[in-house]
Amino acid sequence: MVKREREIINVLLVEDNPADVRLMKEALMEAQIPYNLYAVNDGQSALDFLRKAGLYAEAQRPDLILLDLNIPKVHGLEVLREIKYDSELLNIPVIVLTSSEAQQDIDASYGSRANSYVTKPVELEEYFSTMARMNEFWCDAVALPGNVATS
Amino acid sequence: MVQAERRTIDILLVEDNAADVRLAREALVEVKVPHHLHTVNDGEAALGFLRKAAPYADVPRPDLILLDLNIPKTHGLEVLKQIKNDPELFKIPVIVLTSSKAQEDVAASYGNYANSYVTKSVELEDYLRAMARLDDFWCTIAMLPSKEPPE
Repeated sequence: MVKREREIINVLLVEDNPADVRLMKEALMEAQIPYNLYAVNDGQSALDFLRKAGLYAEAQRPDLILLDLNIPKVHGLEVLREIKYDSELLNIPVIVLTSSEAQQDIDASYGSRANSYVTKPVELEEYFSTMARMNEFWCDAVALPGNVATS
Repeated sequence: MVQAERRTIDILLVEDNAADVRLAREALVEVKVPHHLHTVNDGEAALGFLRKAAPYADVPRPDLILLDLNIPKTHGLEVLKQIKNDPELFKIPVIVLTSSKAQEDVAASYGNYANSYVTKSVELEDYLRAMARLDDFWCTIAMLPSKEPPE
């Protein structure tokens, strides 16, 4: 058996806009990254997914979380805090991925321990370029914590 | 005066190996946004720089910290913990940049709120590519927290 070159990266995308979910799939495909993209469309589902609650009992632990801020039910910042105060989850990198360029959202996200913050460009070409470069860094240059939970 | 699109990014590199410092400097040449690289070569100096202790009274607050783990005086993980537990400093993104691929170092870094973890490859080409992606992501794509800590 040929040794696999790279591990498959499990990405959890928390995004309520189906067009944005589709664009992210395309961006990941273009970057030729072996990935599984799981998408949930509200904050409560994101937390259930991460805690394998209810419908998500069989969910994979993601290697990377892409989190929109303006999502239904539980706001993105609250989801972020829940993750970063949970010893089982806090070492999963969370990139806030949002349309907001407001410095107060940026500061609040880093203040709640976001690993990074990226503004989604409105212009399509720029969007793809931004996502490609984000993925090249996070899915290739970066060592992700994998399935090791902190004890 | 026209406002610059992006302010000058102050980067603090904590690295005791002179060759690695030089490579980091070379990789940054590709970065088009204005930036300034500051270097210190041990953990104690890093904390002195961040807290503006003598002889660092006049240094700027960095926007980004690149932190090696195996550094003299104070270990990189301890420096990381101190930064991430300091209300004045914890929002500054810290990228662990190390030759260690040990899963426990990766987990301990993310577990102590490192923003990302990049391994330095022994292959020069891979090393430079990872550095280029790191610089591109953090200096161009990611939005960074405010320069000054909140009052």
